[in-house]
Amino acid sequence: MSAIAKSPWVVHFNCSSCNGCDIEFLACLTPFYDVERLGILHVGNPKHADVLVVTGSVNHRTARVLKNVYDMIPSPKVVVAMGVCSSSGGIFAEGYNVLGGIDKVIPVDVFVPGCPARPEAMLDGILKAAAILDRKAREGTGVATVSAAKPVINLVPLAADAAPAPAAP
Amino acid sequence: MQTTATSAFPTRNTVIPFGPQHPVLPEPLQLRLVLEDERVVEALPAIGYCHRGLEKIAEKKDFIQNVYLVERICGICSFMHSLTYCQGIEELMKVDVPSRAKHLRVVWAELHRMHSHLLFLGLVSDAFGFENLFMQLWRVREHILEIMEKTAGARIMLSVCSIGGVRRDLDDGQMAEVLRVLDRVEHELEEILPTLMNDYSVRQRLCGVGLLSPDKAHDLGAVGPTARASGIPMDHRQTGYAAYGDLGGVTPVTETAGDCYARIMIRVRELHQSAEFVRKAIQKIPAGPIAVPVKGNPDGEVLVRMEQPRGELIFYIKGNGTRNLERFRARTPTFANLPALLHMLPGCQLADVPVIILSIDPCISCTER
Repeated sequence: MSAIAKSPWVVHFNCSSCNGCDIEFLACLTPFYDVERLGILHVGNPKHADVLVVTGSVNHRTARVLKNVYDMIPSPKVVVAMGVCSSSGGIFAEGYNVLGGIDKVIPVDVFVPGCPARPEAMLDGILKAAAILDRKAREGTGVATVSAAKPVINLVPLAADAAPAPAAP
Repeated sequence: MQTTATSAFPTRNTVIPFGPQHPVLPEPLQLRLVLEDERVVEALPAIGYCHRGLEKIAEKKDFIQNVYLVERICGICSFMHSLTYCQGIEELMKVDVPSRAKHLRVVWAELHRMHSHLLFLGLVSDAFGFENLFMQLWRVREHILEIMEKTAGARIMLSVCSIGGVRRDLDDGQMAEVLRVLDRVEHELEEILPTLMNDYSVRQRLCGVGLLSPDKAHDLGAVGPTARASGIPMDHRQTGYAAYGDLGGVTPVTETAGDCYARIMIRVRELHQSAEFVRKAIQKIPAGPIAVPVKGNPDGEVLVRMEQPRGELIFYIKGNGTRNLERFRARTPTFANLPALLHMLPGCQLADVPVIILSIDPCISCTER
């Protein structure tokens, strides 16, 4: 196992979730489930992360933010879609504003089902992602960018959102 | 960039985007902060990152499916949303809910309030840099999630409230288990909460920060703990919905300081208040059915209000005699508290911004639906 997969650093992005998966993901960090005992560290800055955990379906407003966050993560990187909303849109799939699962915008490696996904399932998902990260690191793959992955929707920049990319301070 | 000449040394205003992806925010809210050096001059919210068009989806699904949809307005207070929705439809359809179901609704609602308040206290501790406190409070919160799973079958989305009653009953063993867990939670909180209440560094970060005067809280329409921390005794449980009227009424918990510390103390004191309500509801629960059958479709319009962990929740429901609603509208407490938040921020230091934002316990999923 390569060094990177022994201690994957995780950044969490709430795409347009109902909070259910977010608080279950936060519960993973706390003493009862404690992902840190497995070497998994939660970080706030995408530039420090190896694994992107996304909760919630993508809507028109978050699509570009999600792509920005994904692009900021250094390669090799893996994406985990937490919960049914980020996998397919879930209960919100028919919303007029909702594009569907996050795979419409970025490539996804692991889908974790559940509404909300249980913390045990989330732990399992992150560990599966770590194994994929390990493979990508060995093979030197996973350097593909979003533009190579052909996003399904066309991301048109909006003048109102010309503010700099939302990086954590 | 603008140049202002308010002092001998002209300062430059800077605009920094706070969010949508930010370490202290579990949710995507963006505030554009106009700074003069380290001091916040103005905060401009940019919302819509969490908008899912839920009100429109509610018109497409039938009114019984909507119980599960409205739970997904927010995962933290899911039971409160389904309870409000069911109460609204029951009022439209003139359903008389059995007393046992009303008591069970109080049990789950107050357990939800406790888990929400513990979650908030943990997140705010993390925001002022006390990670250990965050971990300890969330460890205690797990006991409540565990008992919710044992009684309702799920940790977060209980899906236990239905139109006409509730879907699960509690037997004596489960009620004893709930009481045992409450004692355990309160016992463990006795060890943790004094740190939050009395620690020098914690008070240093919270006292006098993010002031909201009673007049301003009233004028800006603040609700729930944000209003109560400014001395406004407003709690919709006083109206006696569900079984609150039978349980001896509610005295709102109030503080007078109106700063971040007062808003946190409200939650600390409400934890004990909620535990008392669960105990009272279990003590006074009558025997009988837990649900009544409901026939027909809702017709007419209704406005229902109730107290969610973050404040007053308003649902407007309009039926037209068919399976589908004609209009569903939700006004959630964080939406009402945002003007108050924007009033608290100007004048504070940049380093205090996360604490002030979290002190109103923002729920962006609720706000943007």
